[in-house]
Amino acid sequence: MDKMVNLPGEEELSGDDGIQVVAFRLGKEEYAVDILHVQEIVRLLSITRVPRSARHIEGVVNLRGNIVPIINLHRRFNIESAGEEEDKRIVVFHFDDFKAGIIVDEVSEVLALNSNNIEETDKVYSSMSSDFIKGIARVDNRLFLLLDLQKIIE
Amino acid sequence: MKKDMSQYLDVFLEESKEHLESLNQKLLDWEKNPGDIAALNEIFRAAHTLKGMSSTMGFEDLADLTHHMENILSDLKEGLLETNPQVVDILFQCFDRLQLIIERIESNGSGKIDNSELLMILEGIKSGGLQMAAPTAGNGQDLKGEEILIPAHSNISSFEFNQYDMTVMREAASRNFSSIYIRLCVDPGCLMKSVRAFMVFKALEEDSEIIKSQPPASDLEEGNFEEEIELLVITASPIKELEKRVNAISEIKVREIKEIDLASLSPGNRTETNDDLLGDSQDAVKESKEMPKGHKVKQTVRVDIDRLDILMNLVGELVMHKGRLEQIGASSKIDELNETIEQIDRISGDLQSVVMKVRMVPVEQVFNRFPRMVRDLAKELNKEVDFLIEGKETELDRTVIDEIGDPLVHLLRNAVDHGIESPQDRLKRGKPQKATVILRARHEGNNVYIEVEDDGAGINIKRTLGKAVEKGILSTKEAEVMSPEEAIQILFNPGFSTTENITDVSGRGVGLDVVKTKMESLSGEIFVDSRPDQGTRFRIKLPLTLAIIQALMISVRDEIYAIPLGSVDETTMINNEDIKMVQNQEVIVLRGNVLPLFRLASLLEIPGEAAANEDEMYVVIVRKGERQIGLVVDTLIGQQEIVIKSLGKMLAGIPGIAGAIVAGDGFVRLIIDVATLF
Repeated sequence: MDKMVNLPGEEELSGDDGIQVVAFRLGKEEYAVDILHVQEIVRLLSITRVPRSARHIEGVVNLRGNIVPIINLHRRFNIESAGEEEDKRIVVFHFDDFKAGIIVDEVSEVLALNSNNIEETDKVYSSMSSDFIKGIARVDNRLFLLLDLQKIIE
Repeated sequence: MKKDMSQYLDVFLEESKEHLESLNQKLLDWEKNPGDIAALNEIFRAAHTLKGMSSTMGFEDLADLTHHMENILSDLKEGLLETNPQVVDILFQCFDRLQLIIERIESNGSGKIDNSELLMILEGIKSGGLQMAAPTAGNGQDLKGEEILIPAHSNISSFEFNQYDMTVMREAASRNFSSIYIRLCVDPGCLMKSVRAFMVFKALEEDSEIIKSQPPASDLEEGNFEEEIELLVITASPIKELEKRVNAISEIKVREIKEIDLASLSPGNRTETNDDLLGDSQDAVKESKEMPKGHKVKQTVRVDIDRLDILMNLVGELVMHKGRLEQIGASSKIDELNETIEQIDRISGDLQSVVMKVRMVPVEQVFNRFPRMVRDLAKELNKEVDFLIEGKETELDRTVIDEIGDPLVHLLRNAVDHGIESPQDRLKRGKPQKATVILRARHEGNNVYIEVEDDGAGINIKRTLGKAVEKGILSTKEAEVMSPEEAIQILFNPGFSTTENITDVSGRGVGLDVVKTKMESLSGEIFVDSRPDQGTRFRIKLPLTLAIIQALMISVRDEIYAIPLGSVDETTMINNEDIKMVQNQEVIVLRGNVLPLFRLASLLEIPGEAAANEDEMYVVIVRKGERQIGLVVDTLIGQQEIVIKSLGKMLAGIPGIAGAIVAGDGFVRLIIDVATLF
């Protein structure tokens, strides 16, 4: 259960109303989720298929005795998977009392964002329906789409 | 509510409910047999205790109502009032009101309610029935209450002074301290006896020393005692002063206080005292045994159900890892390891059964509310019913118990409403006028059976089929060829009964689909036997527990599944040519029975290639209700103890999947739910 991300030290977090996000890649696009919702990031575990479940459910995994459903966003939004198999990870997040994991192509970094690099969603174009995007963050010419986790688990 | 009492609210509610339950039970007993003085005494005691508790907690309305009930009850007891149906009914009404008040206290903390109409009726009954002797209503009553609850005692101390005590007392006497024996009683309605005891100790210890107490201090601290406390105190204060101080504590009364005459406690006299003491305490034991007839006093601890759930989960984890160890042990073939694993296996098995037992509660908890319900229902419908309960001590897992109440209400209502005939009809058919409805629970293997049986008219198959055709569930043609067994199953069809025709349905079927769904969600099953003119019996089969079960592990292509052993009848191997086609459905013939055959791989859309050797295949015969179905699988892996885990809300309710397990190898495997698979 190796944690892949090194959290930046406290001094790097300057903005008072900023948030920290975990950034990852789905296909060629870069996404991010609020770090407070991320429980851990794990290598691909063996996933048990759940028959008769929704198409975007990849299956369930055993996370230290807990059964955690795994969501396949590639399948849900027809995103072509890209990159090395070796780099794929499961980002396990929790929302209220609920836990789930998303398969991502690569986890890149942890970023500190403040509110002025985040823009409204309706201007965004991505593979994903804008319902699932809370906003977009611009950092050094890179764009990060902020995922709305609540929408994803609905 | 008094502020400082809030912490006792839980205890209060819990105990009140217990008292209400016993009140209900005894009222029913007493109604059946008005001469049953023991039942009446129990009712009185329950009411009295409730009164004490509620006034301590500051729920005045509750206390007031119970007080008035008590008045009536004591008149009944003393024969000042005749037992008649009106009195019984009004007592039942009072009971309902008490229950309502308790519910309100539970939901919003305030037990305020206007009871004036009930109080007036109670007053009316009392004054009407008290023509010969008329003590002022309230006061006289309290006195009577006291008399009953305070048994007369002799003056002999039940202390046995040992050598140490004697030495201390002599020492004290030599320093001009006096040794004083105090016998005091705590009001039997007192909710926080331990607190009262503590206050007594505190009051006395201001300037005195308590050298002995009966019961011992540790019991007192836990409230583990009857009404009486005896103390041996060494003090310099005058007796009067001590008496005053103790009496100032509410709910505490000094029964006896006297200076101990050391001279009379010489060793020679001691034996005599002991003999007297023995006789006395034996009397006391007899007396206390007679009061709550048939109730054994057991030591219990109340535990939060959440904690038990956590414990159960932990045991579940342990069992799972034990499974894993067993696999490792089997492959490594180290004797020492295997021996240890065997030990762990035994211990974890014991642990599991203990934890399971802890979570078990007698079905009595649910059953106890039914006699009243059946009584009311029968009265309302002008039917005469003898309601019998058998096996109420049968135990079931708490999770199951909580769920079976409503389905049983349905079944019992059905039995009284639709099952049994009116008294006139019964007489016409030569049956006893009074119908019998039996609610029965019993253990069998890893299952509990609960039955609701009536001796009524039985299910009218013709009418059932007619109704089904009318509702469009069946075509006329289908109805004609249908066997009676199949016809009865229609009762469970969701389309067969809807709530709007509860009142005009003359056959059966009210809400039976609801009952069935509920049972299936509990991994239970329901069966019906019915004989015309002899009655109907609904039989519910429930697993003892839902947490840890035995399962058959099977594999299909690359996937492994668990099938709960409870729904597996047998396994067999068949050849390709054994499979026949009937109406586009594969079937096999097993010992003369034709069973439909399903392939798990296609039911669950399992990806991958079919196994190479298609000629022979394993079939698991599963049972769905009363039907047997064959399931084709690739391999039978074996039997295993599994700990059921929920798939979580995102994946809840998938038909055919009951949950998941973490197998010994760390992989997640899914549990097949036979009831919803097809």
